[in-house]
Amino acid sequence: MENLVYIALFAPFVSSLFALMFVMVPKQTFVGIVASMLLFISFLASSILAYHIVMTNEVIYVRMMDWIVVGNLSIPFGFVADHVSVTMMVVVSLVSTVVHIYSIGYMDHDRSFNRFFSYLSAFVFSMMVLVMSDNFAGLFIGWEGVGVCSWLLIGFWYHKKDVTRDINPSISPSWAANEAFIMNRIADLGMLVGIFIIFWNTGSLQYDVVFPKLSEIAVISPEILITAAIALFIGAMGKSAQFPLHTWLTDAMEGPTPVSALIHAATMVTAGVFLVIRANPLFGMEEVAGVSYFIASLGTFVAFFAASMALVNRDLKRIIAFSTLSQLGYMFAAAGLGAYWIALFHLAAHAFFKALLFLGAGNVMHAMHDELDIFKMGGLRKKMRWTWGYMGLASLALAGIWPLAGFYSKDAIIESAFNEGNLILWAMLVITAGMTAFYSFRQVFLTFHGDERYKEFGIHPHEMYKYVLIGMSPLAILAVVAGWGKDWFEGFVTNLLPAYKMSEHTHHLVTTLTIIVSVFAVSGILIAAFKYIRGLKRSEKMENSFIYRLLANQYYIPQLYAEMISKPYAELSNIFWKSIDMKIVDATVDAIANIVYKSGDGSRKMQSGNLSNYLAWMTFGAVALLIAALISSVLG
Amino acid sequence: MIGLNHYLIVSGLLFSIGLMGVIRRKNLLMLFFSTEIMLNAANIAFAAASYFYNDLAGQMFAFFIVAIAASEVAVGLGLLILIYKKNGTLDLDDLATMKG
Amino acid sequence: MFEQIAFYFFSAATVVLFLITAFSKNVLYAMSALAAGMVMISGFFFLLDADFLGAVQLIVYVGAVMALYAFGMMFFDATKDVKEKNAPSYLVVLLGGLSALLLVVMFAAPILGSNIEASYPPIEGISNPKSVGLVLFTKYLIPFEVAALMLLVAMIAGIILAGKKMDISLTDIEEDIAISEEEEMSLDEKDGEK
Repeated sequence: MENLVYIALFAPFVSSLFALMFVMVPKQTFVGIVASMLLFISFLASSILAYHIVMTNEVIYVRMMDWIVVGNLSIPFGFVADHVSVTMMVVVSLVSTVVHIYSIGYMDHDRSFNRFFSYLSAFVFSMMVLVMSDNFAGLFIGWEGVGVCSWLLIGFWYHKKDVTRDINPSISPSWAANEAFIMNRIADLGMLVGIFIIFWNTGSLQYDVVFPKLSEIAVISPEILITAAIALFIGAMGKSAQFPLHTWLTDAMEGPTPVSALIHAATMVTAGVFLVIRANPLFGMEEVAGVSYFIASLGTFVAFFAASMALVNRDLKRIIAFSTLSQLGYMFAAAGLGAYWIALFHLAAHAFFKALLFLGAGNVMHAMHDELDIFKMGGLRKKMRWTWGYMGLASLALAGIWPLAGFYSKDAIIESAFNEGNLILWAMLVITAGMTAFYSFRQVFLTFHGDERYKEFGIHPHEMYKYVLIGMSPLAILAVVAGWGKDWFEGFVTNLLPAYKMSEHTHHLVTTLTIIVSVFAVSGILIAAFKYIRGLKRSEKMENSFIYRLLANQYYIPQLYAEMISKPYAELSNIFWKSIDMKIVDATVDAIANIVYKSGDGSRKMQSGNLSNYLAWMTFGAVALLIAALISSVLG
Repeated sequence: MIGLNHYLIVSGLLFSIGLMGVIRRKNLLMLFFSTEIMLNAANIAFAAASYFYNDLAGQMFAFFIVAIAASEVAVGLGLLILIYKKNGTLDLDDLATMKG
Repeated sequence: MFEQIAFYFFSAATVVLFLITAFSKNVLYAMSALAAGMVMISGFFFLLDADFLGAVQLIVYVGAVMALYAFGMMFFDATKDVKEKNAPSYLVVLLGGLSALLLVVMFAAPILGSNIEASYPPIEGISNPKSVGLVLFTKYLIPFEVAALMLLVAMIAGIILAGKKMDISLTDIEEDIAISEEEEMSLDEKDGEK
């Protein structure tokens, strides 16, 4: 079993190294095939591990080697395959495998084909380290590795020039990559502080050492736990793009579409949720209930906030990105309410249909020659039946229609909000569910139904390669069936995670609640159908209204950040550069060089070649020594 | 009474005279004379120290200085002759060939 | 009393003679003054009970070194005044005078000079050459031998340096130099024409 852990972990790493050998040569299709196979091996190993754990209920610990052993600090490279991490491993490796296969087709014409696979596999490897580590330090390594790989992948087309925000809200891939990286860095500082606090107070970073000690600390000073929880959650906010660190997620759409699928479904944004789930003994404590409640509230707010922005967006990928943001909000709401297994369940279910949605969007993009404006599409259903089917299915799952995966997981979250008696959160989540249904199907209808607006632009869409479409099928199947195993899943992960049961009162109302949510979802779809299924009818009046523009500009938050933070910072840097660096630091260095240079230049005249002059200088030195001797004897 | 200081002052004065010669002279032969003066000034100081401290080591040093002076003159004069043969002059200003 | 008179006489004589050496234009005068100064220096040594050193001074300096200089000068034109552009006098006065002043101040100032007061009165009874011999051939035997070797090396060096091409007359060499200089001149002119 230990070997399986290593295989699951290092197969993506080997894949990355393998692809790395070919980065300097032109496209080699076998690189993609080998990478996909290695990822599939990782998936197989993860599945066998999962089967083993399901059967025996035995947690597998692997200690590869000691990493840092200094004084009392001992951090091993240790990995654990328990109920939570094995779930994540299966989800991550499955989605990654499909994305790898998809990338062979999608990146077909890209000249950096091999490099792409190297980054992609490294990304998966980092996520595996993050998920499987049995201590906070290993988690942090994976955390940072994911950050670096996301930077590499978002900026994959780094050669594209910067443009203004009006033409492309993300400015350029390299700009978006930097934004993502810097935003994450801000949050990672919080994460590091949290890890330090934990180490300072428990003397260890191992999960199984830290968590039992928390109750002892709670007796002495609950403030420490609250600070640690806040700090860790700041880290989670950055990785999972929660408000106010959310802007990077939509800009990350500048990366190739498979990357978006990977970031959103499996390898990056779920890390924040995973951290909260992993640290549930901390977040679930009585003492930090305030923090958890804040997490739930923020999650609900983000769910609503992101959905509102998705309502009016015209960019195919950005709409999906906002939907991810919204769904992450749901996950945090569940985690904050203490329903950790529901959060994990939604995470897994969401990963399948969101990856499917993104890969479908990639197909559309491929067909439309990188055009992403849904106002320029329409009627693609005739040309792209498979993609239409996939995206329709994924959108249904996202909207939460029975009996697809999203229905079960999202419904459970909304129920738990009701169960906690918090009707405001519940109402917001229900409304958001309606909005989700609306914007998903607005996008589907505008893309695949109605008049064929793309003809004006002289685009001839075509369906994606067959093997890519077949490769996507596992996701489609899972998007349908993933929800059916909800009760079994609950039984499985609650071996490790705290159980969360609905109260009797809620239990009686389950049917009613489900019907309310479904009504909202269906009506959202119907409104979208009513408005868009026959084609695009643009209304000048609505598009010029204040709310529409506010939403379309993402509440002007990117502009606000640019004005309030980036520009003053640039100004300040300019001042420091010109006044401090140039005038003080550089000037000092230059002055030292000048002193040496000038004194050398001046004393060069001593080298006249005339022995008599040299003798005079020698005498001068002797006299100087005499003076020094005199002074020293006088002084002491 | 004549003390050590008297001898040292004389020694210092003679040394300075030698030094002046070294600075002033451009003729190599004259420079040699000046260095002889300086060596002798040092010898006086050594002999005086030896006498007043009642230690023969000072005189020993003076002996060795005399030996060094003798070898210096032997080698130095040989070189002077060579230089004169080669350049026809002993003037330092004309021998300034060490310039890079 | 005698000692004082002798000391002041020798001091004045050496200073004057060496000044002549340092400032005379005539090589012959300078050398004669140097030789006389050496003799006067040996007077100091006799005053300081360093009889043997005084004798060595007379033999080596006045006898050998001065004879060497005298022979060496035969190669150079000794009768003529030395034509030289002496270094500017301010430099000489400044550096030489300053060093003289400093040395005098250092040795004469009561506070500074007090720490070099004589502390050991001389022991009577043993003659100087005998004690010098005892010390030189026991404690300083190796340096003495090394000095002897050095003198040998110096002698060989002097012979080789000065003795090479002794058979070629200096005038011929000067002519060679003159010819080669003319050739260089003509070459330069050719370069100029080009």
